[in-house]
Amino acid sequence: MKRVISIIDCGIGNLLSVKNWLSHVGVVGKVIKEPEDMRNAETLILPGVGSFYGGMNGLKKKLLIEPIKEFVRAGKPFMGICLGMQMLMEYSEEFGRCEGLGIIPGGVEPIPNTKRNGQLHKIPHIGWNSIHPTMNKNKMWDEKIYDTILNNKNFYFLHSFMVVPSDEAYRVADTYYNGRRICAIIGRGNVFGCQFHPEKSGKNGLMLLKKFLAL
Amino acid sequence: MDIKGANLIKGISFEGLRVVGDPNEYALRYYQEGIDEIVFIDAVASLYRRNNLKEIVRRTVNEVFVPITVGGGIRSVDDAREILSNGADKVAVNTAAIWRPELISEIAQKFGSQCLVLSVHAKRDNKGSWEALVDYGREHTNRDVIDWVREGVSLGAGEVLLTSVDRDGTLEGFDIDLIKSVSSEIKVPLIVSGGGGNPEHLVEAIGVGNVDAVAVASCLHFNKITLQEIRKSLLGSNIQIAEH
Repeated sequence: MKRVISIIDCGIGNLLSVKNWLSHVGVVGKVIKEPEDMRNAETLILPGVGSFYGGMNGLKKKLLIEPIKEFVRAGKPFMGICLGMQMLMEYSEEFGRCEGLGIIPGGVEPIPNTKRNGQLHKIPHIGWNSIHPTMNKNKMWDEKIYDTILNNKNFYFLHSFMVVPSDEAYRVADTYYNGRRICAIIGRGNVFGCQFHPEKSGKNGLMLLKKFLAL
Repeated sequence: MDIKGANLIKGISFEGLRVVGDPNEYALRYYQEGIDEIVFIDAVASLYRRNNLKEIVRRTVNEVFVPITVGGGIRSVDDAREILSNGADKVAVNTAAIWRPELISEIAQKFGSQCLVLSVHAKRDNKGSWEALVDYGREHTNRDVIDWVREGVSLGAGEVLLTSVDRDGTLEGFDIDLIKSVSSEIKVPLIVSGGGGNPEHLVEAIGVGNVDAVAVASCLHFNKITLQEIRKSLLGSNIQIAEH
């Protein structure tokens, strides 16, 4: 019997790619469409692309917000991808303030449209970029999901907004875009978020997935 | 990767299309060799008014875990939705967008600008500028490329794929003047294409500045060079590329 990983469909996201990605490492992805499907969920992935408002609205309509919060309270492993990571936060500034799942304190803001040196740079942030562990004063980077093998390795980014956690302790790894620090991986307990698309990041993404599945 | 029916094909200046082989075999091979991204363009979708790539894309995302962009005959939000739900990460629009630019804002609003690539086929005119061609190089529009790129980006295209029709398939190097003209204007990521035959060409194109990605086809399909050789050369020229 293969292990089942539940994938939440918030209405917009590349579910097929995530399903194939999971198959590739020998597990089965099962799409959650309604609260009933959450009952037996043991491991959860929330992919998403596009607008924060659209994604949250999708979850609201399917009555999945409470079941997700309950799942997280139970301490089970959860991974948010791209928009799915952003929805973990308390709010987004996308088009005015929009409420998120509130699982990780902090918000979602636009990526600054200037490089560190003040020159304009391009938005969206699109392409491969390397990730680096954060060095928190009180603890080293979270080894649960971030293996040293991934130091300075490249992952595929495709986004215009970024998460800004209210506490540095939630930042697991960062990437730098023309000198601008962008949160690449966020974490709290067994909840993780990846700003990049691990399912589109070749070997590195598969390595990260295996680490997540081992939680 | 240009597609006609079930085949990967390639031409020169979009003519004289030769069959190269099975698209899925080539896609898998390039993925295993370390390509950053794959673009599939249906070369006859506008001609036959149908979309063919669904199955090819579905099979690709079964085993290829890098971003996939799909274009050719995307005429509506529904066409975009269908391709995105079959595994594509981004859709590329050209013909339908020039004839009805609102398509760009419609797709961008529905799926986000980051999902939308404006594909522009640029052919030198006799006025020192470039005209945008549509229908896979078959039809003229009288539309100035730089003007059109500006409009397309303002409507919501998140990325521009700029292909030189003159240089396409020639392996003789990119149209550097074209790249210079567009890259100085453009506010979103720019992928340049058409003419890449060897690493020096790529270094030259990237050296223009403000170029974010380079697309190649013939030099790899016809085994003029390997991806490994290209990467090694680029790294040697101090160009930052992803390591796979």
